[in-house]
Amino acid sequence: MLQISDYSVAYGQSTIIGDMNLTLNPNEIIAVLGRNGMGKTTLMKSLIGMIPSQGGSVTLKNKELTPLKSFERVAAGVGFVPQGRMIFSTMTVKENIETGLTSTGKKVIPSDLYELFPVLDEMKDRRGGNLSGGQQQQLAIARALASEPSVLLLDEPTEGIQPSIIKEMARTLKKIRDKRGLSIMVSEQVLSFALDVADRILVIEKGKIVLDVPVAEADQETISKYLSV
Amino acid sequence: MFAEYTASELTSIFAMQGFAGLILFSVFVLMALGLAIIFGQMGVINMAHGEFMILGAYVTYLVSHLFADYMPESLYNSYFLIAMVLAFFVAGALGAFVEWAMIRHLYKRPLDTLLATWGLSLIMQQTYRTVFGAREVGVVLPDWLMGSVQLTDMIEIPINGIFVMILTVVITIGVAIMMQRSRLGKQTRAVVQNRPMAAAVGINTEKVDRLTFALGCGIAGIAGSAFTMIGSTGPTSGQLYIVDTFLVVVFGGAASLLGTVASAFTISQAQSTMEFFLSGSMAKVLTLLTVVGILMLRPEGLFTLKIRR
Ligand SMILES: Nc1ncnc2c1ncn2[C@@H]1O[C@H](COP(=O)(O)OP(=O)(O)OP(=O)(O)O)[C@@H](O)[C@H]1O
Ligand SMILES: [Mg+2]
Repeated sequence: MLQISDYSVAYGQSTIIGDMNLTLNPNEIIAVLGRNGMGKTTLMKSLIGMIPSQGGSVTLKNKELTPLKSFERVAAGVGFVPQGRMIFSTMTVKENIETGLTSTGKKVIPSDLYELFPVLDEMKDRRGGNLSGGQQQQLAIARALASEPSVLLLDEPTEGIQPSIIKEMARTLKKIRDKRGLSIMVSEQVLSFALDVADRILVIEKGKIVLDVPVAEADQETISKYLSV
Repeated sequence: MFAEYTASELTSIFAMQGFAGLILFSVFVLMALGLAIIFGQMGVINMAHGEFMILGAYVTYLVSHLFADYMPESLYNSYFLIAMVLAFFVAGALGAFVEWAMIRHLYKRPLDTLLATWGLSLIMQQTYRTVFGAREVGVVLPDWLMGSVQLTDMIEIPINGIFVMILTVVITIGVAIMMQRSRLGKQTRAVVQNRPMAAAVGINTEKVDRLTFALGCGIAGIAGSAFTMIGSTGPTSGQLYIVDTFLVVVFGGAASLLGTVASAFTISQAQSTMEFFLSGSMAKVLTLLTVVGILMLRPEGLFTLKIRR
């Protein structure tokens, strides 16, 4: 599905992601864990084309993504939910989701999106900026799903969200995967959420993957050690 | 300064100056609309905006001549509508070309775009001078736009002025609806809010930039069409309006259409009424001072959206 090989990303002289290799299989959910500043956001942003990569390749269904601009990557099947959600705050909930329709050419929001997130249907005409953090997170996911991605990237979706809702989000993400048959890559610091949602756990440390295990074999102790300072 | 007039004279002065102000208001609104859309979208201050307006005026002038020379006289009455549409597309097409050839290479460099568009304005002025001559040209108004409506024996209102105002209202509402409802409008607003994020949800931001720039210039073209109804067109006529238009945009708050309209109204009325009693430059100075004063109190302009960011 998504194949990342010998991939590196740098800000000027400082290399943040170095020679990374990672495969995301069809229908798989992987969680990339790492402490603050280990390069999770950098990886995600470069995959969607917000920051340029330095070397290596990223292919989605055998299509090379690195020369593409952000909007072309979305058309190729990448969906992105950024850290901090970044919804369009002065636009209504409905309009926010509609921006995601651009690459599909559709005009009407498919009803199954509202079925996944009933709150958004209730709040259709509210401005995005006036939603709560959790609601904004749902909106950001709905907006990304509107472009009908085959790979969904989520950057720390649990940030600033209360535990009970985090549990629900794990359920929702799995539901989305099962319903739409897509692959999901989520970056995280909350181990319990990662164990809950993912099929495979990866740990990123200074831009390198230092651990890659199926969730059944994941040992909480070892991973916690990576996550504590 | 009011002492030497009687009460009824004052009423009619205010009414007629107020109306003259409304025509000025129309030109301001149409100019400011385009300028604000472009500025809001890409942070580019288009110094050549006045020249795009004049392009629309020249297009209108040409069309009126084509109609006068080659079309049956009965059709002359309708030249204006065709001229207006043509002015929109010609100015818009030139705008798209300019964005492609020049502006897009200068994004994030505000001073350079300022200089580049200023240079462009000089080039356009010179081109007009070469093609149309330095003398001002005007159009012959069709019959139905001639004359005026006599309200009282002292107040009369020219029909062409009324027409231009109605036109402005229609276009403003049209643009407002477009920005609210159309796909381009929504994409534009998304890009304005957060450019990288807009791209990351699938919006081709470069295409949106080009279309927005073209739209802004096209509206300036329409403003030029309207302008021929109330003034004569010369190579540098656009210059007279550009500073005032900036004032309107800044005063209104670039993000708000309503703000633009309200500020165009305030500034045009203030100028037009004061011009009668004071000299023109004194009126300008007073307007400017007031605007600066208000902007010190409300740096974001008259209207801002109340929203958590
Ligand atoms: N625009 C930038 N210019 C230079 N360095 C940057 C920039 N953005 C991030 N960095 C650096 O890159 C490194 C990785 O940052 P990144 O945001 O990817 O971390 P993260 O894993 O997402 O952290 P967090 O969990 O806090 O979100 C950090 O050391 C950071 O200081
Ligand atoms: Mg991060």
